[in-house]
Amino acid sequence: MSEDLEKSKIKNEGVLERTFSTETMDGQIATLNLGPTHPATHGIFQNILKVDGEKILSAEPTVGYIHRAFEKMAERKSFQQITTLTDRLNYCSSPLNNIGWQMTVEKLCGIEIPKRVQYMRVIIMELARIADHLICNSVIGVDTGGLTGFTWMFIERERIYDMYEQICGTRLTTNIGRIGGFERDLNDKFHALIQDFLNTFLKRFEEYNALLDRNRIFMDRTIGVGKISAERALSYGFVGPNLRATGIDYDVRVHSPYCSYEDFDFDIPVGTEGDTYDRFQVRQEEVRQSIRIIKQAYENLPKEGVYHADTPLFYLPPKENVYNTIEGMINHFKQVYGEMPYPVGEVYHSIEGGNGELGYYLISDGGRSPYRLQFRRPCFIYYQAYPEMIKGQVLSDAVITLSSLNVIAGELDA
Amino acid sequence: MESKLTNEQVLEALRAQFATAIGEEEQTIDNYLTVYINSKNVHEIVDWLYKHPEFKIQFLTNITGVHYPENEKGKELMVVYHLHSLQNNFRIRLKAFLPIENPVIDSIVDIYSAANWIERETYDFYGIIFNNHPNLKRILNQDSMDYFPLRKEYHVEDATRQDKDDRFFGR
Repeated sequence: MSEDLEKSKIKNEGVLERTFSTETMDGQIATLNLGPTHPATHGIFQNILKVDGEKILSAEPTVGYIHRAFEKMAERKSFQQITTLTDRLNYCSSPLNNIGWQMTVEKLCGIEIPKRVQYMRVIIMELARIADHLICNSVIGVDTGGLTGFTWMFIERERIYDMYEQICGTRLTTNIGRIGGFERDLNDKFHALIQDFLNTFLKRFEEYNALLDRNRIFMDRTIGVGKISAERALSYGFVGPNLRATGIDYDVRVHSPYCSYEDFDFDIPVGTEGDTYDRFQVRQEEVRQSIRIIKQAYENLPKEGVYHADTPLFYLPPKENVYNTIEGMINHFKQVYGEMPYPVGEVYHSIEGGNGELGYYLISDGGRSPYRLQFRRPCFIYYQAYPEMIKGQVLSDAVITLSSLNVIAGELDA
Repeated sequence: MESKLTNEQVLEALRAQFATAIGEEEQTIDNYLTVYINSKNVHEIVDWLYKHPEFKIQFLTNITGVHYPENEKGKELMVVYHLHSLQNNFRIRLKAFLPIENPVIDSIVDIYSAANWIERETYDFYGIIFNNHPNLKRILNQDSMDYFPLRKEYHVEDATRQDKDDRFFGR
């Protein structure tokens, strides 16, 4: 130590000790509570970490802070009412959950959906996927220190929400559509919005992509961070972009197509390493592919036509019939009171949600509400791999790993 | 993607291997192979399906419990396993009944790591005990809870309420 420094130390005696920690990484193990409410975790997640210095030795996640017993509540609600519960699972992409649930009931009741309605659903589901991935990826940017992209991409998300608003009147918890289709047709405002969106989105998205894609700081922070091998990921029940980042091309849209996904031409991006950077890249590419799907669906969508299936037993009648005709009113009441002939049986239906295979296991005893309804919530299943993924890494890496997994508290706790 | 396996093929192989442990097949609306199995053989069957060179049923979709209070004695609770073969695009559902007095079944955590939390959730909701589970405690509800909330005797609303009786609503 030079003399000057030595002098200044004497001069500031006591100050240094108060300002800087004298702790060293000498094997002393501390227990640290990350969460339940912590600005770096986007949602209510608690992790009890054992740390040596900043290195994480082990983590124990505690879940259930916003458990709302949806599966129990679903046993009391009628089929239409359950759509509002599914909104609150993955609230970053509510329409996906809504439509997935409606398709489950349609599968149970054997309702055939017209092509136009299927295409409308595809458009909305892919918009929701874009919104979901935009949030996830821009939040990774925030956690690595770049707030610009986040605010930038929220403008685009806002435009998607404006489109939801034209279809269903709400923005976040959408309750979009009905069993059998939609409750109203796409309006002119929606057409204007989506045309504008399709024309301008990709350009802005690539600008955002350029911020992080080959950014040295971003790459250093994410490559090799939160890595998981394909074998472990499969064992942990990973699905969706997180599984595809490890190199396994499992996508429900291709594997068991629903809603006419077989009509569209699109690619499934896969990663190789299964780290945070690959998860980021897979989501970025999926956004581009979603735009590709929307373009195809929108071009082939007839401008005029039906917007719901012809199933008077399960689709609520138009309000003017309910208020003006006795048949309409009886039909409405019978549906709301659950006197419709719901089949006895069970179905499992899964869709490719924002985070992967979102499944609905429905057991019906013919009553107005399910006998048992279980949601296969991808977050809940893959979040248990989190301790394994952050073991041996530093605290700041744990934070970006969490955001790159896109763990949504609502879906985690149901 | 078409499935490369047929329901009959897998069911026959299962019957040939496990004979009495495999019960009836249930017909489902969506042609999802659903088989009742003996609860004592769950681990064995899941492991065999996992290691089968052709079937490769190596992905755990979900595990859940169901409560049937009206069922005959010894069959009040049911555990449902959803398994999936990604290579063959084939899904199978296994169902095992358990008595409500002593609902014990083997854990499959050693085959699928994902089963850890799912089994804890099933325990949390239905009180089903999974043998050999590394950390079987409640997951979504608080530890001090002394009942299993998804069993049918616990109503969402006040059970004494008369104005919302199911009999008036088409049940």
